[in-house]
Order: sequence, then structure tokens, then C-alpha cells
Amino acid sequence: MAAQNRPLSPHLQIYKKQITSVLSITHRMTGIALTIGALVLSYWLISATYGPEAFQAAQSFMGSWLGRLVLLGLTFSLYFHLGNGVRHLGWDFGKGFALSQVRTTGIAVVVFSIVLTLLTWFAGYALLGDV
Amino acid sequence: MVELSLPANSTYSDGKTVAAPEGATNIKKFRVYRYDPDSGDNPRIDSFEVDLDKCGPMVLDGLIKIKNEMDSTLTFRRSCREGVCGSCAFNIDGTNTLACTKSISEIDGDIKVFPLPHMPVIKDLVPDLNGPYSQYRSIEPWLQAETPAPNRERLQSPQEREKLDGLWECILCFCCQTSCPSYWWNGDRYLGPAVLLQAYRWIADSRDEAMGKRLDNLNDPFRLYRCHTIMNCTNTCPKNLNPGQAIAEIKSAMLRRA
Repeated sequence: MAAQNRPLSPHLQIYKKQITSVLSITHRMTGIALTIGALVLSYWLISATYGPEAFQAAQSFMGSWLGRLVLLGLTFSLYFHLGNGVRHLGWDFGKGFALSQVRTTGIAVVVFSIVLTLLTWFAGYALLGDV
Repeated sequence: MVELSLPANSTYSDGKTVAAPEGATNIKKFRVYRYDPDSGDNPRIDSFEVDLDKCGPMVLDGLIKIKNEMDSTLTFRRSCREGVCGSCAFNIDGTNTLACTKSISEIDGDIKVFPLPHMPVIKDLVPDLNGPYSQYRSIEPWLQAETPAPNRERLQSPQEREKLDGLWECILCFCCQTSCPSYWWNGDRYLGPAVLLQAYRWIADSRDEAMGKRLDNLNDPFRLYRCHTIMNCTNTCPKNLNPGQAIAEIKSAMLRRA
């Protein structure tokens, strides 16, 4: 019964998913998505400098259902990371630590990011027409 | 390091089932993590059907009944049975809490009892807590002062004393410590919410004169700053304390002196 052989007790496997941990990991994942998304957007812009064919290729990918799905995800990531970033800013000032506040601000961030994502996309389609 | 899955010697499967005595009508199934260091076999989850009509109201009552009547080899820590000693901290129904203050009726379905998460298991529900205890030692949890001791107590105003409320109540059960994903991945270097709340308990004490030294000791990318304000700690504390806030107070004390 060497101490080194002691098993590790289960953690992620058993710990209940809750608003605290789920929003925290979502914050991190949207941060990673935005980093990759910055590369995607750079590619979109830079392709224009490579001439019409390259830009057309980028344009048709971004316009495809997959491209639009990626952009939809990026829009959500942007609003979520922004909203939750403000929440973190409050915590950095020492505000909003009561459990009830942690829950309300968390729900508020989720509602904020979903509503703004939808608004952005409705506005996009309304302004550009059905492209 | 982040390791999402369990090591090969730690994966678990279903074990035995011990049925309720005949005639029992009000049955609740306890699913309990078991590990026997003598056999060296992988852990298993045993099921015990407990007759609630002949059992006290708390999860700890159920565990004691199982040990007394169904399987005397079941091993767990317990002492005060009223939430002041911090011994019977387990992962119950998915979150960490004290078995003695968690009532059976709060839990829908089977009652799943695991040891505190991401810790080395000595036996069954008993984790090796040497890690957190040595981290606790490292913050020097006692009053430190240069000024010679007066002939009577070191006095505090009621306002100064109030700053310790929400800190002194901590019973070091390590529910928060082992609920923290950051502590799971970096527990060898990150001090964790329970130890940091204790560190703040001394920083906030008007009679303590070692704040500078205490902050120096914490000013480290791992010891303090692995806290990402996930807030699982505060969400799970069975004493309704706020380790997340205490850590934020340390971070702002760090800024104020910089």
C-alpha cells in the first residue's frame, strides 16, 4: 500500500456543473475562439490584398453556411467575453462577490450575449439584404 | 497540469449492492466510493439500500447506519456531527459539503458519496490532506507582532474585530479547496481558496503586524494568482463563507501597497 499508488479521487467526472464553473470555462473558451477568430478575420482582410481570386475564395467561404456558423460563433464569443469581462472587472474592484450577485450577473451576461448576437445578425441581414 | 481524465489506477466501476432488510418500505440508495489499499484493486462504487424509516435525517446518519449494520469496513472521517469540526467533508450529490449538515431529504434520486475531489485516496472516503495542511503551515497562521505583548490582551476596536467576521468561522474542511478546478490542475503550487481565506484572516487582523511579509509570501503567479474567480469555492462552502471574496481582498491589498 505504497502512498505513491494511491488513486486520485474523481473530480470533473462527478462535480456538478454549475453556473460558476460553466461560465468560467466558457469565458476561457470564448477567449481562445476570439484569438483564432482574429486570425480568421485577418485572413479575410489580407486576402483582398492578394487580388480578386483570393478575395473571392475568402468571400465564398465566409458566405457559406459553415463560414456563417463560424462568424455566428465569433459574434457570440465577442459579446460573451465582453460581458463576462466587465463582470470580472467588477470583481477586480471587489464588487459583486455575494453568491446571489454572482448568480444574477452570470445570468445577465448569458442573456446579454444571446440578445446582442441575435440583434447583430438581424441587423446584418436587414442592412445587407439576403446576400 | 490539466488532466481531464483519471489515471489508470483511479478509474472506478460498480461494486456490490447490499439490499435493504426485508419489509423496509422507505428505501434510499446510497452509492458510495470504495477503495481498499490492501487489495490494490481499482476503486468501485458500492450500493447500499438504506431503510430511511430507521435512519437519522442527515447523510452522515446514513453512512453511520451503513457502517453499523451493512458493511463495517466502510471507512470515513467524522466527529462532531454538527458542522463545527469539518471532518465529514465529502462530495455529496455532486458538490462538496459536510455529511452531518446535509439532509437526506434534500437529495433527489440516489445519494452519491465520493471523497473530496482530485485528492489521493487513503481508503474509501478518506483523502490524504497532507497537501493542504502543509500549504496551511506555509502561510504561518498565527498572530505575529513586533510590539511587546501588553500585560493584558491586545485590544481591538469593535470595527476592527468586525473585519474578521466571515473569516474566523472557517473550519478547514477543505470543501472549497477541493471544489476549485484551478486547485485541481495546480494544487501543487496554488494555495487554494481555504488556505488563502486563512491567509487573509491574518492579513485583516488589526493586531497582526506581519502584513508586508505575508503579502510578499503570496506575491507569486501560482500561490495567489492561480485564482481565476471561478467561484466554485463560495458556491460550495458549508459555512456560507466567501473564500472568493477573501482572495480578491488579498489581491487588492497587494495593489494598494504597490
